[in-house]
Amino acid sequence: MLAAAAALAMSACAARDEGGSSGENTASAAAPSQAANAANPAGDGKAVCSGVSLAYAGTINGASAALGQNILRGADLAVKQHNQANPNCQVTLKQFDTEGKPDKAPGIVTQVINTPDIIGVIGLPFSGESKAAGNLFNQAGLVTISPSATNPALADNGWKTFFRGMGNDAVQGPAAAKFLTGTLKANKVCVIEDDSDYGVGLASQVTQALGAKASCTDKVKTGQTDFSAVVNKISTESPDAVFYAGYYPEAGPFAQQLNDKGVTAKFVGPDGVKDAEFVKGAGSGANNAYFTCPCVPEDAFKDFTAAFKQTEGADPGTYSPEGYDVTTILLKGIDSGIKDRAALLNFVKTYNGQGLTKKFQWNDKGELSDTPVWSYRVENGKIVNNGQIS
Amino acid sequence: MSASLVHTQSWIQFDVSGLAEQFWNNTVDGLAQGGIYALIALGYTLVYGVLKLINFAHSEVFVVGAFATWITFYLLGFRSGATPDLSVIEIIGFLAIACIAAMAVSGATAVALERVAYRPLRNRNAPRLVFLITAIGASFAIQQTLKLIFGLNQQPQIRLLQPEPLFKIFGAQVTNIHVILFVAAVLLWFIADYFVNKTRLGRGIRAVAQDPDTATLMGVNKERVIIVTFLVGGLLAGAAAMFYMMRIPQGAIYNGGFLLGIKAFTAAVLGGIGNLRGALLGGFILGLVENYGQSLFGGEWKDIVAFVVLVIVLMFRPTGILGESLGKARV
Repeated sequence: MLAAAAALAMSACAARDEGGSSGENTASAAAPSQAANAANPAGDGKAVCSGVSLAYAGTINGASAALGQNILRGADLAVKQHNQANPNCQVTLKQFDTEGKPDKAPGIVTQVINTPDIIGVIGLPFSGESKAAGNLFNQAGLVTISPSATNPALADNGWKTFFRGMGNDAVQGPAAAKFLTGTLKANKVCVIEDDSDYGVGLASQVTQALGAKASCTDKVKTGQTDFSAVVNKISTESPDAVFYAGYYPEAGPFAQQLNDKGVTAKFVGPDGVKDAEFVKGAGSGANNAYFTCPCVPEDAFKDFTAAFKQTEGADPGTYSPEGYDVTTILLKGIDSGIKDRAALLNFVKTYNGQGLTKKFQWNDKGELSDTPVWSYRVENGKIVNNGQIS
Repeated sequence: MSASLVHTQSWIQFDVSGLAEQFWNNTVDGLAQGGIYALIALGYTLVYGVLKLINFAHSEVFVVGAFATWITFYLLGFRSGATPDLSVIEIIGFLAIACIAAMAVSGATAVALERVAYRPLRNRNAPRLVFLITAIGASFAIQQTLKLIFGLNQQPQIRLLQPEPLFKIFGAQVTNIHVILFVAAVLLWFIADYFVNKTRLGRGIRAVAQDPDTATLMGVNKERVIIVTFLVGGLLAGAAAMFYMMRIPQGAIYNGGFLLGIKAFTAAVLGGIGNLRGALLGGFILGLVENYGQSLFGGEWKDIVAFVVLVIVLMFRPTGILGESLGKARV
């Protein structure tokens, strides 16, 4: 708690330090401060509505649940702030647990679609499940804003209902490559991917952007705990950095086993790895870890962070601010008098406004134009901001 | 060294130079992982030998032991983070406490499972299929209970023994953990083998495995033998969990037993289910083959290689490499 406050204080006075000295600066880099004109879920308090709901669909109790719960809490905070300020417009946030699994998501999504009062959806968080269920939303004309699904191909399906609240992996991949070769000065990188759509897609983006510097690749599986064969391979390759395209449950033991083997290469993980659970899992392996993420650090969103802690009883995590932002946009639509799915879809399509994390305005594929990517590192067992990389 | 360079986008690779280069490292790691498989496989094999029941809940008996290990470390005052600086005697002491706790909890779980899930069925002469389905149900029940209590994420890793390189074999670094795991697997197997083949209770186990009715007529208490069988399997699973947590400190997660359980069951079938030596051999072979297969074909083939080897072995030796033998008369 105290350490977090100190880090916050330091970050406030630290000069903006974009990737100098290979990220070994002691204080956190400067985070963006809360924009004064950021959309606020409370609105003017005069909204009138009844019988409309939003839904969060994504992992709650399934795989990599910590990532889903960050988003759910962000969405929940926005809805609670909205309802408190607008006594005549009480919006319900319904929760649907897809467990993050592509084979489970279509069934859950059908339930969401068949609930008539749901007019907008926050989700789905993961790329694999989004790919499996996206067309169902499209056929139902139910608008979805994903706060974290980054696979680039998702936007190419012609789904009119697909929007996402951050940059995709075609942005994160090259940014990560730039971070690896520029900031971390790596000339040899091993790119390891898991078997998710997200991991495979991101790894191909990073490998492509790294070019010849991606000197070795390998694959692991979701749920794997023993990485000895991959670690042995990396150990013989002796790269300068290892990029792991996957999620935190596997990244933790993997980073530790690399560290045990004496591999000193920097360990770089994407948004799926950037979670406090990774640090708990990796032990001393986390000391050497960096992250890239299209998520904006919440350090300087002081009002948001304070409200989040008070309402949700937890610290905001990766994509909590994004979850809050996209929920706010849907709530704005409801406050403007929208009662049905078609009108809300149209509202999102034409939306143009500043949020906590960035400016939100989508193109016809559902992609944003303002897509910052940030880097993070582990310091004293906490994930801290390491500066914006793109 | 750069042989793997060209394989970026291919779905399968044949990295022979990689296999050769990492052969001894993979052997060392494979034997350590295989030791874990072997210890879990012993539990499957013992129960199968006696009851002809594939106790699918055995993977949860194992994972309960992993949680017991973690909780013991936690109660002893250790927390997640860097490995604490302890003297050898302290390490041995703390690990022994954790091992006893894990064995006790796993053993108790296995016995409770037998009492609650299997005995009522046996008393009603349920068909064998019902046992199998009950086993799967019990496995889910324990898994979901753990999920309710401990949540979804891995328990933060706690490690008392830092892997330290001891010596090299053909250029492959062997750490203290490797040695401990290998020795523990062989030692515990030896004790279990001795118990089954040389002691009075073990003779009872073999008698019931061979012919339950005749064994009962000869004065063997069948129910007691069954309880002992589950207990021994559970104790071994608990010990396996403690040693597994030395190697993979993130092992305490509610569904952490699932894949390991399947692998250990595969190891048991590979060596010849119902055969203790088979379980040991199967475990080591599986651990090795998985690692070699990954180097040769790529990491995503880890599980496939293991199961393909199983299929091939069963095609030529349907009862496994060493055959089923717990119930057979042996010289």
